[in-house]
Amino acid sequence: MTTASITWEVSDVAPRSLVERLHEWVTTVDHKRLGVLYIVYALVFLLIGGIEATIMRIQLVAPHNDFVSPQVFNRMFTMHGTTMIFFVAMPLVFGFANYLVPLMIGARDMAFPRLNAFSFWLSAFSGLLLYFSFLGGSGLYGAGDAPDVGWFAYAPLTAQTFSPGHSTDYWTLSLLVSGFGSIGTAINILTTILCMRCPGMTLGRMPLFAWLNLTMAGLVILAVSPLSAAQIMLLVDRYLGGHFFDTQAGGSAVLWMHFFWVFGHPEVYVLVIPAFAAVSEIIPVFSRKPIFGYPVMVAATVSIGFIAMSVWAHHMFTVGMSSAGNTFFVLSTMAIAVPTGIKIFNWLATMWGGKIQFATPMLFCIGFLFQFLIAGLTGIMLSVAPFDWQLGNSYFVVAHFHYVIVGAILFALFGGFYYWFPKFSGRMYRERLGKLHFWLFVIGFHLTFDCMHVPGLLGMPRRIYTYEPGRGWDTWNLLVTIGVVFQGLGTFVFLGNLVWSYFKGDTAGSDPWDAWTLEWSTDSPPPAYNFALLPAVKSRRPLWDLKHPEDPDWKYEQ
Amino acid sequence: MMTTAAMTGSDTDTAWVLPSRGRVAMFGLIAAESAIFTIFVVAYLFYVGKSLTGPLPGQVLHPPIFLSICLLSSSLTIHFALTALRSFRLSAFVAWWAATIALGAIFMGGTVREWHHLIYDEGLTIRTNLFGTTYYSLVGLHAFHVTAGLVGLSIVLLLALGRHVSQAHTERLDVLSLYWHFVDTVWVVVFTVVYVIGR
Repeated sequence: MTTASITWEVSDVAPRSLVERLHEWVTTVDHKRLGVLYIVYALVFLLIGGIEATIMRIQLVAPHNDFVSPQVFNRMFTMHGTTMIFFVAMPLVFGFANYLVPLMIGARDMAFPRLNAFSFWLSAFSGLLLYFSFLGGSGLYGAGDAPDVGWFAYAPLTAQTFSPGHSTDYWTLSLLVSGFGSIGTAINILTTILCMRCPGMTLGRMPLFAWLNLTMAGLVILAVSPLSAAQIMLLVDRYLGGHFFDTQAGGSAVLWMHFFWVFGHPEVYVLVIPAFAAVSEIIPVFSRKPIFGYPVMVAATVSIGFIAMSVWAHHMFTVGMSSAGNTFFVLSTMAIAVPTGIKIFNWLATMWGGKIQFATPMLFCIGFLFQFLIAGLTGIMLSVAPFDWQLGNSYFVVAHFHYVIVGAILFALFGGFYYWFPKFSGRMYRERLGKLHFWLFVIGFHLTFDCMHVPGLLGMPRRIYTYEPGRGWDTWNLLVTIGVVFQGLGTFVFLGNLVWSYFKGDTAGSDPWDAWTLEWSTDSPPPAYNFALLPAVKSRRPLWDLKHPEDPDWKYEQ
Repeated sequence: MMTTAAMTGSDTDTAWVLPSRGRVAMFGLIAAESAIFTIFVVAYLFYVGKSLTGPLPGQVLHPPIFLSICLLSSSLTIHFALTALRSFRLSAFVAWWAATIALGAIFMGGTVREWHHLIYDEGLTIRTNLFGTTYYSLVGLHAFHVTAGLVGLSIVLLLALGRHVSQAHTERLDVLSLYWHFVDTVWVVVFTVVYVIGR
């Protein structure tokens, strides 16, 4: 650098007051701060959603338990599902994308910083709106409290007749608002990746993280919009007396199912593709090898994105569709396993022959690989329509999708947390605590969700308030609940580690992992402008080229 | 410790050109809006002929040919407006732009008349039957988008009358015109579904 280092005279600047600092956070349009806001917001809701899950598991720990009333139990499973999907998983995914995508593609900010802030605050207020229902849900009728219609809110349960009061209104309005926030952020991510890349960063040289988030953004645009449309219809029904889902006036309850799952299934891929994104960055760095089969990984991701739009009705086999419909959705669901399998093999091939370092981020990624494989296998089982007729709406299904969402998505994002925490905070986390978190969570996860498959196979339906003793479900439910204790402990170790390391951790430096993507070329945490001079890249691993000028990647890459 | 300066300096011999942010974002928005309209169109088609009571579309709906011509022509006028702006003809730009707004306003006025007739003369409201629910939702959603477009166009017109619009704004106005073309295209779909197939 020609202009050596510019130092500011810190002494004559008075420390800013708490109000000023809060004001900065509230009015910020910086993608990094908004990313952190998304993530912190998601962690708060992770605790809330976890408490709701714990309440359900205490209720189900033994037969004929009455820890909570049936009404409260219904509210808990509704709020748990809605919270975890819309106010934990989505903000986490957006938080990581917000923070990392501009850094990875060598940009100074997102394409539309103010739209970014607007989208975040829409999401934030929609979460508050949902939880305000605990206070305001009774409305004028004195009936209802928090929403209790289930996270997919099947019609006609959501009609005014069956769902009086305002609890369902809070649910639908909150999801409508959060949907607009999600669409805004998705458009922003898409535009950032297509229009803000630094010189030399062609699409073929982008980190996989950026490619996968590009696919995610496209899926959000195509999948969340139908949900918003369906919520508008539900609002028309509830407020204006429309008949979209009113079976008494010829409306169709099945239409709602289609509209919901046209959103609902791609949503799984909206969440898992960014998890793939984190894994695709972590595994190469901790295997000390470049990613295996980059073009195939991109192709597999984009084809997952396409196929994801055509599998939704496998959630509806038990409704009774035509055999042509069943066949189509069985085959499309099985087809999506092909590109997903390709990705798993590519990650394994990346590790194969590498010098694997078993740091915490890598441990979580290895956990992800095993668990995502099993989640995919039970997914193939459920994609077979006759098998699904037997086990649809049972605890087997609950176990399957928690295997995806916790075992795959949450594990990968935990790995991402540990991997990028030094970049976010400038400090190293405590490795011992990270490993403790990993093992507690692995034990808790498998105790809970492995055991949950069995009562499902034995006929335990989902969403039941309690059950008769002597059906062979008792021990399994006890084990499931014991697993929650380990997962809870693991989560507290994780949060404790984050907080402690943020204040007391060792200084991380700009590149603690000897990694290869652009975010590691700037300070930790990065300055507001990200890069003093915009970088220019010539290969997929610009920092490798920088560190090894005698043997740069661009000599070999096509 | 590495610095960002070390990252630069590699030769970028070819010019580095990226797509326009505004256009990409508008195409993103159009994709999202198309998905929303698709769901409403699917609901409309699914419920054609399923109303349990009247009035039915065949009894009360008349294809608004003149209004459709007005709205579709406004795509041409906005195109002429931007062509004029590109070649520095500011007054022609203002004239074509105002014509676009006028055509859009005529369309909205026609919708208001149609709805007034349906509600007060034919007794069809959003709660009458499935036809009413789907008709007012789909046509209303489109009308809402026309209104939003008209607000945007009017702001530009006011700015142009205050001499704040110049050739430098062509790219931004191009983006706005994309939205307007989209709204017009959706009308072709809505017209086909509601007044041709649905009747």
